[in-house]
Amino acid sequence: LFQYCLSGHPTLPCNVLKFKSTTIMLDCGLDMTSTLNFLPLPLVQSPRLSRLPGWVLKDGSTFLDKELKECSGHVFVDSVPEFCLPETELLDLSTVDVILISNYHCMMALPYITEYTGFTGTVYATEPTVQIGRLLMEELVNSIERVPKAQSASMWKNKEVQRLLPAPLKDAVEVSMWRKCYTMPEVNAALSKIQLVGYSQKIELFGAVQVTPLSSGYALGSSNWIIQSHYEKVSYVSGSSLLTTHPQPMDQASLKNSDVLILTGLTQIPTANPDGMVGEFCSNLAMTVRNGGNVLVPCYPSGVIYDLLECLYQYIDSAGLSNVPFYFISPVANSSLEFSQIFAEWLCHNKQTKVYLPEPPFPHAELIQTNKLKHYPSIHGDFSNDFKQPCVVFTGHPSLRFGDVVHFMELWGKSSLNTVIFTEPDFSYLDALAPYQPLAMKCVYCPIDTRLNFIQVSKLLKEVQPLHVVCPEQYTQPPPTQSHRTDLMIDCQPPPMSYRRAEVLTLPYKRRYEKIEIMPDVS
Amino acid sequence: MSYLSVLGLGAGAGQDVGRSCILVSIAGKNVMLDCGMHMGYNDDRRFPDFSYITQNGRLTDFLDCVIISHFHLDHCGALPYFSEMVGYDGPIYMTHPTKAICPILLEDYRKITVDKKGETNFFTSQMIKDCMKKVVAVHLHQTVQVDEELEIKAYYAGHVLGAAMFQIKVGCESVVYTGDYNMTPDRHLGAAWVDKCRPDLLITESTYATTIRDSKRCRERDFLKKVHETVERGGKVLIPVFALGRAQELCILLETFWERMNLKAPIYFSTGLTEKANHYYKLFITWTNQKIRKTFVQRNMFEFKHIKAFDRAFADNPGPMVVFATPGMLHAGQSLQIFRKWAGNEKNMVIMPGYCVQGTVGHKILSGQRKLEMEGRQILEVKMQVEYMSFSAHADAKGIMQLIRQAEPRNVLLVHGEAKKMEFLKQKIEQEFHVNCYMPANGETTTIFTNPSIPVDISLGLLKRETAIGLVPDVKKPKLMHGTLLMKDNSFRLVSPEQALKELGLTEHQLRFTCRVHIQDPRKEHETVLRVYNHLKGVLKDYSVQHLPDGSITVESILIQATAHSEDQGTKVLLVSWTYQDEELGSYLTALLKKGLPQSST
Repeated sequence: LFQYCLSGHPTLPCNVLKFKSTTIMLDCGLDMTSTLNFLPLPLVQSPRLSRLPGWVLKDGSTFLDKELKECSGHVFVDSVPEFCLPETELLDLSTVDVILISNYHCMMALPYITEYTGFTGTVYATEPTVQIGRLLMEELVNSIERVPKAQSASMWKNKEVQRLLPAPLKDAVEVSMWRKCYTMPEVNAALSKIQLVGYSQKIELFGAVQVTPLSSGYALGSSNWIIQSHYEKVSYVSGSSLLTTHPQPMDQASLKNSDVLILTGLTQIPTANPDGMVGEFCSNLAMTVRNGGNVLVPCYPSGVIYDLLECLYQYIDSAGLSNVPFYFISPVANSSLEFSQIFAEWLCHNKQTKVYLPEPPFPHAELIQTNKLKHYPSIHGDFSNDFKQPCVVFTGHPSLRFGDVVHFMELWGKSSLNTVIFTEPDFSYLDALAPYQPLAMKCVYCPIDTRLNFIQVSKLLKEVQPLHVVCPEQYTQPPPTQSHRTDLMIDCQPPPMSYRRAEVLTLPYKRRYEKIEIMPDVS
Repeated sequence: MSYLSVLGLGAGAGQDVGRSCILVSIAGKNVMLDCGMHMGYNDDRRFPDFSYITQNGRLTDFLDCVIISHFHLDHCGALPYFSEMVGYDGPIYMTHPTKAICPILLEDYRKITVDKKGETNFFTSQMIKDCMKKVVAVHLHQTVQVDEELEIKAYYAGHVLGAAMFQIKVGCESVVYTGDYNMTPDRHLGAAWVDKCRPDLLITESTYATTIRDSKRCRERDFLKKVHETVERGGKVLIPVFALGRAQELCILLETFWERMNLKAPIYFSTGLTEKANHYYKLFITWTNQKIRKTFVQRNMFEFKHIKAFDRAFADNPGPMVVFATPGMLHAGQSLQIFRKWAGNEKNMVIMPGYCVQGTVGHKILSGQRKLEMEGRQILEVKMQVEYMSFSAHADAKGIMQLIRQAEPRNVLLVHGEAKKMEFLKQKIEQEFHVNCYMPANGETTTIFTNPSIPVDISLGLLKRETAIGLVPDVKKPKLMHGTLLMKDNSFRLVSPEQALKELGLTEHQLRFTCRVHIQDPRKEHETVLRVYNHLKGVLKDYSVQHLPDGSITVESILIQATAHSEDQGTKVLLVSWTYQDEELGSYLTALLKKGLPQSST
């Protein structure tokens, strides 16, 4: 039993398990924090960005000034943004038999794996994961392809050159492996390799191993996986939540009696309470609008946005915001809102009950019907005619490097009346804002991460009692910025085995029996 | 040898398309499949006779679970009666759409029976609610562990929104129950599918046992032509339907036709259920077919432009119109009322798009009756045209055969069909698949013997040791393996003999076979031994053959010694000795040596 660790990002994991002669990839997350090193892609020509000075080395040489630009003391690559792929050299990825996907955020590297490595296996995921995953990929491809960029910088990636660059570029890992975004045909080809599965469905792999997805409570269709034979059980826990939001609650009981429990995807903001953050989000939003300012919410087109819209639905009348328009701008806005209403079977009990009536499970249907929420594919077209200020805009991408959000940052950044509220926890908001500095606009950080925190983890581990726990190394020590917080790490007995990018672990297990069947006449 | 048994309940499922209610006993577990009501009766016979299940004792103690395949009343109509009036508190399983729609149809039916016909001794609204509280919703393909041994799994059945087939499994034994299903995708639903699960028994419906239905396109064209002609000559078309199911398919059909032909005659859909019904389809769109699912964001097929809500007063309006009205068998409610109003005019037409059970007005007019005795001895003369068009989505003979091919069952049992037709299908199935096919009568118990394999734990040490011995494993050749079967603590384990001896505290006894083989060879003993050694080495290339210093030969663990015959020095006696475990090789060697040594060897 071996585990190959292809990603070092704890919430965007990519591991490969060799288990009884089957090779199983667990998730293929795409680390998009690499895009923070790039200049934003503006939808309309931005004089400010095009005027940024080229970066000059300390010795005065200017050979990089076409590729690197400086903005308020930070250096950015002026090129099409690139992503940090999972490790592809650690093992031959064409030998991977199956890929198990746990949620739509953890499948963004799928086209790179299925289309470039000679992969011939099957991918397993739930229907909501596939549908929403497709929307996320579509939005990503669309927002990058719609702003064609002539320049593709590569000189800075030279190891000798990279050494001379300022942080964080200097320390960026595996820059030679960074890749441009995939295309829609590649997305479609990758998604066509997916086989749909339901919670608690037992899937036999070559008669040797059985895999089963379980509800993980984090997002629509999100799952944890059980990988087992008759006498060994490995649980793969990735992106789980115990909070009551819209998805079906987490199935904890089925994780019991595991020999090994691989634990990834814990909350990225262990000190923030999601409920408190939602409250802060609402009050900041209301305050800005009341003062005549606009609110910008950089977000993904699915997930927490459903919960935010539901909170606002209950909040706007009491806060006197009934006349403020809410805009949701994304090439997949309409699809996302429509899809959210048809996955009754994957929702929490309350929402299921509504569908039985039959009523749409999410109240944003009513917000749309009453014209309080409007959605547009982009800022071009109808939106420019309907656009009224002050308003609230939900749009992507949360990295602030591409998508319609770039336009609103440029448009509203100069006025202190406006506010940008960060709710997605995947990107450091200060890094996201860096290429927009100096900025007059107010910035509020309300990260909402509903995934397990360390208190919930230790409760969970006590409950399900795995023999061994395996986790990314980040979880075995306190966060670097809060080194005294020893409560912000995994505490269990025996201590967890930790892994880091490009490592191979041998997982401990011992089996003594195997199951066979004998024919009745033999007995 | 173990067995499973199947019992059709009352004048129900078996051999009469009246209602479905089947009791299956498998490996000590009792499961009730569907709990239908007979639409043709208005008395006690309408519900299954649950006293068949158990005369004394509560149903909850006897039944491990109840499974409902879909929301049609002939499959779930008796559920509140069963759970609340007879009394059952165990789990009831159905899919999410069935759980959503079932209570609405039950309430609708209750209203017609109690409020309109004034019947008493029927279940109440509260009973429907209480009954639904016992329902556990299942996902497609989810393995539901009912208890430690019993598990069930749902497969897509197509027939109506949320219809499912169920696999019931205990250990190595399993049954698949199809409910009603459809093997060809239609305008709004996909085709049924089941994996190659090789159940011991497949219980399949056989409504259209002998029909190989003509292509769907032809039937649709026919339907549209008839509706169009009637409307053109100013007639009214009545289409009795159930609120959910076929109705939506026909609405999609007419909607697109009206659009294309630019027709103006109004289309109505009766009862308040319409909009609600369409809403269910919108919210459960993942259960519809691929095409509708793919395009629903751009255009939702269940939002109709031409089809409007019906008001009772419209029935007397002059001019042509098309009305969809419930219920589908013309046995009560609005469809019957409209039928009575329009029956007298030969310009009008009634199209029956589905099957009608015996005793209903629908069945009577379809079998050619033109004078109907209505309530209060009134005679209704039917002058309007009566058309039957099978749109009900059951599998035809071809579809049933296809499903059998998919699942590869060891036995097939036919239910929900008419005896004569089933007999024909039974023969066909037995011929083509060489499996037993049963078609029990009502109340008859069918017992099927199964031959389940016995699961055994094998010690990994033994498995690895045994596969390492001798040749590289060849998948095409059987391989012998030695082990000891331990039956202890209600479990079976296959372990190495040493481990078994140790665990049981026994001492080992060895059984050795010894055999003498005479060979004619005038040479000296050690030369004979060498000849034997060379011969064996030549023949047994893959075995370890050794010539030991003491003059004996070993082949693996078999010992061969040669001595001269005490009386005849020209004859050498080969002593071959092997343990019981090496019986195969030992007897092979003796046979080989008995043939003598090749001449040419030196």
